[in-house]
Amino acid sequence: MQRTVLLAITLALATGLGAVTAAPVNYQLPDEVAAFKPGPNLEVVQGNCSACHSADYIKTQPPMKDKKGFWQAEVTKMIKVYGAPIDDADVGKIVDYLAATY
Amino acid sequence: MFDRRDLLKRAGLATLAATLNSTRALALDTVTLPFANGERPLVKYPQKRAMIGLTSRPPQLETPFAIFNDGPITPNNAFFVRYHLSDLPYNLDPDKFTLEVKGKVDKPLKLSLKDIRKMKATEIVAVNQCSGNSRGFFEPRVAGGQLANGAMGNARWRGVPLKAVLEMAGVQSGAKQVTFNGMDGPVSDKTPDFVKALDIDHARDGEVMLAYGMNGEDLPFLNGFPLRLIVPGYYGTYWVKHLNEITVIDNVYEGFWMKSAYRIPDTPDNAIEPGTTPKATIPINRFTIRSFITSVPDGAKLKAGATTLRGIAFDGGKGIKEVQVSTDGGKTWTSAKLGKDLGKYSFREWKLPVKLAAGSVELKVRATGNGGETQPDTPRWNPAGYLRNVVETVRVTVA
Repeated sequence: MQRTVLLAITLALATGLGAVTAAPVNYQLPDEVAAFKPGPNLEVVQGNCSACHSADYIKTQPPMKDKKGFWQAEVTKMIKVYGAPIDDADVGKIVDYLAATY
Repeated sequence: MFDRRDLLKRAGLATLAATLNSTRALALDTVTLPFANGERPLVKYPQKRAMIGLTSRPPQLETPFAIFNDGPITPNNAFFVRYHLSDLPYNLDPDKFTLEVKGKVDKPLKLSLKDIRKMKATEIVAVNQCSGNSRGFFEPRVAGGQLANGAMGNARWRGVPLKAVLEMAGVQSGAKQVTFNGMDGPVSDKTPDFVKALDIDHARDGEVMLAYGMNGEDLPFLNGFPLRLIVPGYYGTYWVKHLNEITVIDNVYEGFWMKSAYRIPDTPDNAIEPGTTPKATIPINRFTIRSFITSVPDGAKLKAGATTLRGIAFDGGKGIKEVQVSTDGGKTWTSAKLGKDLGKYSFREWKLPVKLAAGSVELKVRATGNGGETQPDTPRWNPAGYLRNVVETVRVTVA
């Protein structure tokens, strides 16, 4: 029920946005629906990955032959390139979760 | 800026939100894109019709392919959305919006939207295509946004030439590049902000534009409201959204999104042996030439006899010279009739009446540009999954 109301408000805003240029924008994203799949070290993954992006970033990646190598490279990229503050102790746990779950 | 405690708190909230909304609040249905792990929710966002949801934070939406059969202009509410970083300017006030022009200029500028709208306006019809459009079809598969063919769109953009704004500011001698930054940014100050650069001559070519209008309306929020960069013929990575900072520099910009990301192999066809690593790379630039059948989806069942095939073609700015269609898997080709020319950066419609005999049929389409460039029969590969332009095949059953 609450969701229906939210949807109605969101749609009303959407209509308003198109009509008036000068009004401040208050763009409302729909609720985040993607969730991490259950798996080992789930809470470590939630704690580290969710700050910057939703779980569907992971879920939509292609099935790779070398899952561990693929996910290790992705986690390394998040740390080295995007500056994710992941503790060294958590890196292996995250890679294990991703390789086992996706 | 955040510290680790903040990060954990945010993560906790995100997790909580995800738990509370374990049902698909706004997912209308799902679609399955034609590659492994291709199931996606159809989602409804403000100002958008039902779109293929790739990611929710930051939002990335793909255009359902059937829309490209409705005409050469992609409606604003169906136009694809791609962000890199999650801190979007959701509460921006257009009356307070300022575009700053600075760096190696005689007169730094701060322009309001009103200032920009008072300038002489120009319009161009141009395709915007995500560099990673069609990445999901790469074989071997590569990491990144797994898109089918819907991360592209064609719109009539209205705004002012970047050249005019740069002339107002007075570019100093020795200028080499211009960088572009938008109001969207990273969640962490350790993540490189999304900043792109163009060479000074490109920036001053008169075609690169600062657009506030799209198909006769304001830009939708998720397509860069209130101002975005239009770089005709170039991949979408350069089309910076929510653009509020232009800097003229006297060197080659070395930020992450130019120097490390969005690079293609520096080989004659920008491809390498599948699964290998390029020796040298250059920044991605112009679109490769592409064409699509839009009137018939893959796997369709058609009646034997006469039918008219329709579709679109586009390239990096030379314009489309010819579109050929094959109804026998590529053995013989027939030239299609081209639709109205909306400009060399636009989708060009084509159509061709054909007669189909019963059986399994492979329909193929191949465009040739005014520069003689055409599409390869086999896919070219690069590790980032860019530039796909293989001759597309639609397999149908005719009875």
